[in-house]
Amino acid sequence: MKISDLIEETYFSLTVNKVRTGLTMLGIVIGIGSVIGMVSIGQGAQGSIESRIQSIGSNLIIVSPGTQRGAGVQVSSGRGSAQTLTQEDADAITKNVTLVKAIAPEVSRRYQITAKGTNTNTQVIGTVSRYPDVRNIEIDTGSFITDQQVSSLARVVVLGPTTRDDLFGVGAEAIGQSVRINKVDFKVIGITKSKGGSGFGNQDDMAFVPLSTAQRFLAGDIYVTSISIAAQDQTSMGDVQQQVTDLLLQRHKISDPQLADFSVLNQADIVATASSVTGIFTILLGAIGGISLLVGGIGIMNMMLTTVTERTREIGLRKAIGAKKIDITIQFITESVALTFLGGIVGVLFGWFLAFLTTQLAGIPTSISSGSVMLAFGVSAGIGIIFGYYPARRAASLNPIEALRYE
Amino acid sequence: MIRCENITKTYVNGDVETPVLKGISFEIKSGEFVAIMGPSGSGKSTLMHILGALDTVTSGTYVLDGRDVSKLSDDELADVRRDKIGFVFQSFNLLSRATVLRNVMLPLIYAEVPKAKRIIQAHHALNAAGLDSDRWTHLSNQLSGGQMQRVAIARALVNSPSIIFADEPTGNLDSKTGEIVLGTFQELNRKHNHTIILITHEPYVAEHADRIIHIVDGAILEDKKNIHKRVAHTHNAIT
Repeated sequence: MKISDLIEETYFSLTVNKVRTGLTMLGIVIGIGSVIGMVSIGQGAQGSIESRIQSIGSNLIIVSPGTQRGAGVQVSSGRGSAQTLTQEDADAITKNVTLVKAIAPEVSRRYQITAKGTNTNTQVIGTVSRYPDVRNIEIDTGSFITDQQVSSLARVVVLGPTTRDDLFGVGAEAIGQSVRINKVDFKVIGITKSKGGSGFGNQDDMAFVPLSTAQRFLAGDIYVTSISIAAQDQTSMGDVQQQVTDLLLQRHKISDPQLADFSVLNQADIVATASSVTGIFTILLGAIGGISLLVGGIGIMNMMLTTVTERTREIGLRKAIGAKKIDITIQFITESVALTFLGGIVGVLFGWFLAFLTTQLAGIPTSISSGSVMLAFGVSAGIGIIFGYYPARRAASLNPIEALRYE
Repeated sequence: MIRCENITKTYVNGDVETPVLKGISFEIKSGEFVAIMGPSGSGKSTLMHILGALDTVTSGTYVLDGRDVSKLSDDELADVRRDKIGFVFQSFNLLSRATVLRNVMLPLIYAEVPKAKRIIQAHHALNAAGLDSDRWTHLSNQLSGGQMQRVAIARALVNSPSIIFADEPTGNLDSKTGEIVLGTFQELNRKHNHTIILITHEPYVAEHADRIIHIVDGAILEDKKNIHKRVAHTHNAIT
């Protein structure tokens, strides 16, 4: 039997009963569609969380006060409330720890900022000139805080674009204007570039002031709320983390690392934790889609078995005119693979549409990888073979004499 | 062409052995028109299945075109059917939602005949079977019984088989249409020299053949030349 004949026979058989073919295919369409759609939502979430974490800095290690716990599961209520880190700790890290690209201690707290009749409540970060290098912040207009301004307790502020918009209006010129934080006047010297992102942890809604100024005029003490360290590259992060931990344990005169009054958080650990969570999420969503795919596959088998019974006489005739077992087997498997494969194509489009709708209506980012599309095709063809095999064998093993007599 | 030597066939169902054919021997030469006649249960259908390579013998030898086909595997039998045998069944067995041409060309799919040749062969077969060409593109379920049987005859002819087996070809037709179908077989035998084996339980139908093998209880009762051959009136006016 030639391939072209096989395709023609398959087309003929499937178009004889279009409604049934369509309904059977629908099972696969929904199955493949939900796998593609669900996985795209999972992967989209994973991608957006990872990029969100990456945007706060690259090769970042954050030292914060509190108790060291397992990576990524630190209880946030402790952070910043303890006052154990100082400027001196940061200086000591700069001096003693190798493989560090940049280091930036910071004091951060939310304050009400006012300017000419408008006001907003935002995160005010007191830090040093290296902060942009550590936290991947770029300056749009003006300049960032200089070392000179830190040592001279200058009352200057760099605003995030969202904060600027809230205080002076969207896109307004703010350089040289003055704002009031905690009853102290600050002069605006720069605006940072937008990083995107919104809602919780918006990195565009911030204000930066010199560290010394923040400690003197805003916090009123000498502690820092965290120290951000950028390692030279990804491979040295573990080493830097270890050095920082050892140094601070020594400086704080703590012998048991379990009792450390600070925690050192590695960005890679945060990414890994977040990825493992979203990975589980993706698998879960994929599994839900997979179940409907399985149901669709069983639907295919059911339809094929019905078809074999219905076409018993036809199978008998085909055998009588010279069809071998293999011809019948291949014909029925081709029919079921054609069903699942076409269902797979429509299902991928359907899944893509689901993902598109999710992004449009719910605002959840989605991403359809070529891998998941290929997998969907592979799986749908595989389902055709697996669920078509049993009916096809049953058809092929029919005795032609009995099949021809079948009523 | 066909040589049977002491063919037996016994069906075994558990411990019960049912002998159906009890030693059948005969020869059929190329170009003969033979009727195998017998009451139901006589074993004539089983004999046709063996002769038509749909079934194998329990013992004995069946030689078709010089080849012993009595002990072949299923797939080898399929090849024999494809290349040497055409079947016409009582209930036509056409693909109901396919056109006449598609039905006729069906055996050529398995014979892997090139597409261009298929149409030509199908046209020859349909002409030989006497179906008007304006019906060729109709769906087979739009035809009358007589027309359907002509399509089935064309399908049996299309790959130029050595033998055509007709299993009660008039069983589902009224007597007038049946007569015309029998006439078609006579014409195929006379004009085109096809070897035809007609299986029937009706003496009247069997009398259209040149030779009648009468089977009763799995054995040949009588094998004689039919001296009172009925000649059917053939014309194409099948309605």
